[in-house]
Amino acid sequence: MRVPIDWLSEYVEIELTPVELSERLAMTGTEVARVLHHGPLSADNFVVGKVLSAEQHPDADRLRVCSVDTGDSEPRTIVCGAPNVAAGQTVSVALPGAVMPDGTKLGEAKLRGIKSSGMILAEDELGIGGEHDGIMVLTDDLAAGTPLAGVFAVSSDVLEPELTPNRGDCGGLYGIARELHAATGAALSAPPWSDDPGASTLGSAPAGISVTVDDAALCPRFTARIFENVTVGRSPIWLKARLAAAGQRSISNVVDITNYVMLVSGHPLHAFDLDRIAGGELTVRAARDGEKLTTLDGEERTLDGDICLIADADGPTSLAGVMGGSRSEVSDQTTSVLLEVAVWDGANINRTSTRLGLRSEASSRFEKGLSPEGALEAQAMASALMLELTGATLVDGTLDVGGDGPAANVIRLRDARIISLLGTPIARERSQAILEALGFTVTAADDGLDVTVPHWRRDDVTREADLIEEVARINGLESLPATLPLNRTGRAGGLSHQQRLVRRAEDVLVGRGLCEIVGWSFADPQICDRLLLDDDHPLRALVVIENPMSSAQSVMRPSILPSLLDAAAYNMARGAEGCALFESGSVYRAGRGDDGMAASEHHGLGAIVTGPVREPSWADAQPPAARIETAHALVSSVLGALGVDWQVEDGELPFLHPGRTAMIRTAEGLLGWFGEVHPAVAASWEITQPIAALAIDIGRAAAQAPSHSIFTDLTSFPPLREDLAVIVPAAVTAASVVACVTAAGSPLVSRAEVFDVYSGEQVGEGRVSLALHVDYSAGDRTLSDEDVAPLREKIVAALKVELDGELRG
Amino acid sequence: MIERVTEIQKQAEAEIAAASSSAALEELRVQYLGRKAELPQLLRDVAQLPPEQRGEAGRTANQARQTLEVMIETAAARFEADELSAALADDNVDITLPGSPAESCGHHHLLTATRREIEDVFCGLGYSVVEGPEVETVHYNFDALNHDPAHPARARSDTFYIEGGGEGSEQTLLRTHTSPMQIRIMEQTPPPIALIVPGRVFRRDSDATHTPQFHQIEGLLVDEGVTLADLKGTLLAFARAIFGADRELRLRPHFFPFTEPSVEVDVSCFMCEKGATSGGERCSLCKGTGWLEVLGSGMVDPNVFAAVSEHGYDPDTHQGFAFGLGIERIAMLKHGVPDLRFFYENDLRFLRQFG
Repeated sequence: MRVPIDWLSEYVEIELTPVELSERLAMTGTEVARVLHHGPLSADNFVVGKVLSAEQHPDADRLRVCSVDTGDSEPRTIVCGAPNVAAGQTVSVALPGAVMPDGTKLGEAKLRGIKSSGMILAEDELGIGGEHDGIMVLTDDLAAGTPLAGVFAVSSDVLEPELTPNRGDCGGLYGIARELHAATGAALSAPPWSDDPGASTLGSAPAGISVTVDDAALCPRFTARIFENVTVGRSPIWLKARLAAAGQRSISNVVDITNYVMLVSGHPLHAFDLDRIAGGELTVRAARDGEKLTTLDGEERTLDGDICLIADADGPTSLAGVMGGSRSEVSDQTTSVLLEVAVWDGANINRTSTRLGLRSEASSRFEKGLSPEGALEAQAMASALMLELTGATLVDGTLDVGGDGPAANVIRLRDARIISLLGTPIARERSQAILEALGFTVTAADDGLDVTVPHWRRDDVTREADLIEEVARINGLESLPATLPLNRTGRAGGLSHQQRLVRRAEDVLVGRGLCEIVGWSFADPQICDRLLLDDDHPLRALVVIENPMSSAQSVMRPSILPSLLDAAAYNMARGAEGCALFESGSVYRAGRGDDGMAASEHHGLGAIVTGPVREPSWADAQPPAARIETAHALVSSVLGALGVDWQVEDGELPFLHPGRTAMIRTAEGLLGWFGEVHPAVAASWEITQPIAALAIDIGRAAAQAPSHSIFTDLTSFPPLREDLAVIVPAAVTAASVVACVTAAGSPLVSRAEVFDVYSGEQVGEGRVSLALHVDYSAGDRTLSDEDVAPLREKIVAALKVELDGELRG
Repeated sequence: MIERVTEIQKQAEAEIAAASSSAALEELRVQYLGRKAELPQLLRDVAQLPPEQRGEAGRTANQARQTLEVMIETAAARFEADELSAALADDNVDITLPGSPAESCGHHHLLTATRREIEDVFCGLGYSVVEGPEVETVHYNFDALNHDPAHPARARSDTFYIEGGGEGSEQTLLRTHTSPMQIRIMEQTPPPIALIVPGRVFRRDSDATHTPQFHQIEGLLVDEGVTLADLKGTLLAFARAIFGADRELRLRPHFFPFTEPSVEVDVSCFMCEKGATSGGERCSLCKGTGWLEVLGSGMVDPNVFAAVSEHGYDPDTHQGFAFGLGIERIAMLKHGVPDLRFFYENDLRFLRQFG
């Protein structure tokens, strides 16, 4: 919305600069996005001129040499190219020294040998409309030399406020004027609809038209007046200039009046050509599915059953509250006008304009919800202009379906409540003055004020808290003290244990050299194919966005892995030899979880490492490349830091190397996986080297972690430590050897850990040698060889029997 | 014999004092104290002396030997230390070569680092941290938060809706703010409460200053007698913790459906003095205004309490404040990040600068 200050000053006395006005509006709740300027920066040297004579230029067919009285002692010579310039015209003249809107300063110039001291102006040269077919001709009552700014708005600063959705009343200049009146104390003029030429016609409907409203909820009020003997033509220059400054194009006097009144009152109006309303009757009703209507912009619109329209005997003729129809549009031939001012349901208008992709000045105002009383205000103001500018006569009667809105709400504003909500008092007299300035009616009460809400704030101000906001915002929040509230929750606050553990897990990965990324929650549905998921794989249960911004972002990621691969590919395409990345974020699956949420989400912690496990350096030129054990070590670090007991388990995941896939199992179930990314998947991200990867449901991991550790005495009786080398068939896993040793050595084996793996000739084909550190300990004594010897025998026997293993060497 | 011992001792002492290396010292040790040396021989010869002479001669020879031994040890220790120092001084490396192996520490993403920084400020003020679902319902995201049925944020042009996800207020969507957790928390926890909700949110917007996903932190404190002045004090503490101890706060009235009164909060610019840099130029960070818009907030609207009144939140007795801030915005302001896109590109050259 554009608010030309020159125009605004008709309603409120303006003494502040545009920047000061913007600041004051901003500090009272109306943000001003921009301050613009319309027309030349200064109106100096723009005056009224009288063309005394206009002769053909001796050396140029298209130029006239004019003698123009501009109020100076002598007429001045102006060479003019307009075809319509003629002696006797009253015109707009830019004198030498005038600065045009594009910044050029006018001087005296010779045109084909004749000195021209000034310029006779066309509309577009002042930024009014696009017409350049001729000079602008003014009314003859203006004296030569009159400053042009006294005739119409030549130059004006323009505010561009951003209205909040609750302030439909500020959709017109008078509403803004009222805000400034309250915010600055500047005098406010009486509303421009105070004198209604049709006041005597209220209460009865005009002859020749009938209106039926099917659904009063969609159309709380429908008013109409009929004007006859209308002469459709051009608007006067002052009206065109104001519309232009507000960013609107002049169309015709009738249409311009509807726009002008809307810009002042905030209430949109619509003019029908009465003779083109078939059957002389209008029906406000819901559209039928598939019904069509051609709107004023020439577009044919297909409607649905939730859209409200206005129909005549021939069908739809106007899209209610959004845009009129072309069939009943006012044209040059129009002589009878039906002026509609209605109130529409804001939500419905919002839905319609969204559904049709059609936002208009009208829809953006109706969306905010307008008051029924405002309809008659707009009728009053428009009626006066119709009579004045189109020569129309007003047919007796005002059609009114729906009438005024509900009775005004009276709300008690308690002094005590102001203090308790704001933390600072506001004097009752001050509150009263503010509310009255805003148009509220106020009477004294025992403990405060009884406040009657004006119709234009009916939906916005309904409770005491709303009144307190009004008082507080105008009074200013600058002086509000800054206090800290008592925290009486009885809780210490801070992170929960699980939140601390999630941070710890992330910190562990950072400590191990990984960089955290933040990926998109959105994914491409093709992600399932890229991850080689079978058709019935559970990860294919995608959360699908109904209205995505692009198909590449049309589902929610089912795994954290693709985000990491995206980031790796991005960096490797930019020269990185490898990457060590992790992400901590949500992963989504369709369907309701146990908690009744709309989709199941979990907090995933994922990591990938590819290329050298650490940056090569001068003393470490070729660090090993990341493999599955790199991921394994990271899982051990993270879960070890959390104190979660876990085990490796065989598994299959389509996006992992089938020989290098491991599942992470705890007593409570699967917690995640680690392994190497399937080479075909990696290739789809254009990565050709092994990628170690892991994913942990870190939310569940943290939930399973012990709340705190309990002391175990590991120092009073040091363990007895020995190494065992065991040769087993290659298919026997390290974990099963460790399990066998631990079980056979129970209860004294406190630790068994593989520290070396060897396969080769010395151990025989198809066999592998594993070297283990084994600790024996008892909590109450230091063990001797005699204690351990029988256990060692049991271990050797168990390895032999259970795993076909034998001690090496 | 005693004279001879004294003579040997004197001579040996002079030579030990004059020795210039541990090797020379070793030679002297062999020469004076070695198995074939004269002094040990004299000691052995004491037994041959008449008994009345043995005592004194033995003592004298023994003392001489001990004295020389101590002298040699002392001198040897000194030489060893000197020689070690000399050897180490020669055994030097280029200390400016980089450390190895190059296991550098990783980095938290700037959004995580910023989120944690803000979380820690409010944890210090006694707030708890809670998280909530990102796939939400119309009820929690809009209806219970007093959004008008026509509120533009509900439009399909603004909000992502989920396919097959219920009807009306049960329709599912990607939350557009962290505020739905206000309702969920109040349903679960009776007042008083003080908490923040960090999390990812989604809006259908993508241009130079918007990404369709971003991160917010919601704050909510509800009790009896909580005031707008309390909100100001709380946010002032936050602003000073994040942007510096000299910051001031400005509240501008605004409109949000779920707060009344509602205010936008500006923090005084930390790069300039009232909009002008020390060089007198217009500050590029605050565009010369002297203020940075950092968040929206307000007093919890009575209608929001009405939505959870059965859980102990009575609009007549309870008041509270709520605020919502954008983590990206805070990070950009504080760290001078010029473009939102950096946060989601995950370029290592960006990531390694922070956290």
